[in-house]
Amino acid sequence: MINLRRFISTAQLLRTTKFNPWVPHKCNMSSTVVNQSLYNFSEEEKLIKETVARFGKEHVEPHVRQMEEAGGYKPELIQAIFDQGLMSVDVPLEYGGSGQTFFSSILVIEEMSRIDASVGLLLDLQNTLLNRLILSCGTEEQKHDYLPRMAKNLVASFCLSEPTSGSDAFALKTTAKKQGDYYVLNGTKMWISNAEISGVYLVMANTNPQAKHKGISTFIVDRETEGLRIGKRENKLGLKASSTCMVHFDDCKVPAKNLLGKEGEGYKYAISMLNEGRIGIGAQMVGICQGAFDKTIPYTKERKQFGQRIFDFQGMQHQIASLATEIEAARLLTYNAARLRDAKLPFVKQAAMAKLYSSELAGKVTSKCIDFMGGLGFSCEYPQEKFFRDCKVGTIYEGTSNMQLNTIAKFIDSEY
Amino acid sequence: MAIRILVGVKRAIDYAVKVQVKTDKTGVVTEGVKHSMNPFDEIAVEEAIRLKEKKVAQEIIAVSCGPTQCQETLRTALALGADRAIHVEINGKDYETLQPLAISKLIAAVAKKESVDLVLLGKQAIDDDCNQTGQMVAGLLSWPQALFASKVDIKDKKAEVMREIDGGSETIRVKLPAVITTDLRLNQPRFANLPSIQKAKKKPMAKMSPSDLGVDIKPHQEYLSYEEPPKRQGGGRVSSVDELISKLKEKGLV
Repeated sequence: MINLRRFISTAQLLRTTKFNPWVPHKCNMSSTVVNQSLYNFSEEEKLIKETVARFGKEHVEPHVRQMEEAGGYKPELIQAIFDQGLMSVDVPLEYGGSGQTFFSSILVIEEMSRIDASVGLLLDLQNTLLNRLILSCGTEEQKHDYLPRMAKNLVASFCLSEPTSGSDAFALKTTAKKQGDYYVLNGTKMWISNAEISGVYLVMANTNPQAKHKGISTFIVDRETEGLRIGKRENKLGLKASSTCMVHFDDCKVPAKNLLGKEGEGYKYAISMLNEGRIGIGAQMVGICQGAFDKTIPYTKERKQFGQRIFDFQGMQHQIASLATEIEAARLLTYNAARLRDAKLPFVKQAAMAKLYSSELAGKVTSKCIDFMGGLGFSCEYPQEKFFRDCKVGTIYEGTSNMQLNTIAKFIDSEY
Repeated sequence: MAIRILVGVKRAIDYAVKVQVKTDKTGVVTEGVKHSMNPFDEIAVEEAIRLKEKKVAQEIIAVSCGPTQCQETLRTALALGADRAIHVEINGKDYETLQPLAISKLIAAVAKKESVDLVLLGKQAIDDDCNQTGQMVAGLLSWPQALFASKVDIKDKKAEVMREIDGGSETIRVKLPAVITTDLRLNQPRFANLPSIQKAKKKPMAKMSPSDLGVDIKPHQEYLSYEEPPKRQGGGRVSSVDELISKLKEKGLV
């Protein structure tokens, strides 16, 4: 069991590191006027945000570098995260979930990504993509079979991309031939996150290649299924604690009851899941920006050059203020998309904007944070370089920036 | 014969915040500053929950005295595992001048009203470090007290408590009903997990005022001013032990 030690020694009381409150500084949050800003969290959302921030700081932060070097999450940490209910934030209580809003899951991802983007990724995928897929398309039997386990200890992986189909996702080549009570899957999936630790895989395969993308169907494939083989893991630039592997299907026999939803509708499901997943990635990227910023600004207030704090140079202040403004914008885009989704209003354009803006911004913010740290920013002893490497994939996965731009343009086209 | 426990929780400035004295010296800045449950009270809540898990306790009531925001702290206690909460509402100027004696009277009144067997409090709050409330509650109720607990065992209406004292530790046995205050090493508090945060929504929270409990919270002391401790002066460097000794002698320290 993970050692849940917390230091509340007197030394702690004299700590000078500031733990940024979620509330904008110097804001009177005890006013009685109705708060319609995007910071209007319900009591539960507030409590969840604070709990995850604290959990991240006390139980994840000490192990971040170690997990990156080991190329895997600590198993006790994953179980602790499950036990906290963080892997099923908005899954209804009847399926063993935590029964919160989608917005809460966004807060969870953001807070965790401030500490470690790899752990943030684990939370993002399980919450916004995998639970969602089963919740929206599953039969009651499938929901009761998988969701409680995915809330308790079962990590899942989403298998869409292949060596020859990334952005052109629906040109996928994995086939699923119906044979009696089974579907036989053949093909290879690539870039599958957390493949090494997952117990179940949600696989997109084509049951009717002649119908092209209208033949794509979704299957729930348990890890032990014969014919499923996890390939070698990729050696990546960042998010190293999350295993990314090829997954091979060689005459993999999947029971027909494991078809998720209807045959031929898989592409529709994937598109709608990825829309919500995008908001999750937006949250992850905002978390990275804020995390890097939080570790950098205190340094600029301590480091002195030419007789003054580097923070006091106007050039620095302008850059810092500019970045802070953009981080705020990215956060608000993300929060707004999440609130729209919770209100069951159209949110696809906003989700694409949130993901696009946050991921592009994260690259800039983390790079600038390294600059602010000077030589120390280049050192692996400091967290900025990890944030820098981790955020790079943000502009690529769950829909590249170019794909987001295409999506947004399509909406604009239809609006005028 | 499972017991009923009253746990006091205080909403204090978060331990990680850099506290600032107000420019008019009438107090510290609390507006817009992050507050959370006093860490020693978290340990008290955790101990109460563990007693309930061991089936020694059957009900845990959390109580907090202060403004509306205290309800957040009580919600946290409910999310951690308390069964119900009582908010003794005290606002504005009354809250700013609220002192441990008044709080002790309020907690004692609630303890009597709810007929609890045990009052669990943090040994002190990290904002004022008074370390008085537990002792005074016991005095007002004429109950035994076991303070600075680092281990608590309850059996047959008796509590065996290992206390941290200056010379090390001592173990005492007290008859219930009693007051126990928690010290750092008693336990490691859990985090409220999401399902229990959801369940906490449905747990009852009662509101009452000091007059409902028949308590006069008039302060008996007046705070004259709040000041920061003097800024740390730089030290000097010495080049040898002899020089060190002569400097210490100069300052009259040896």
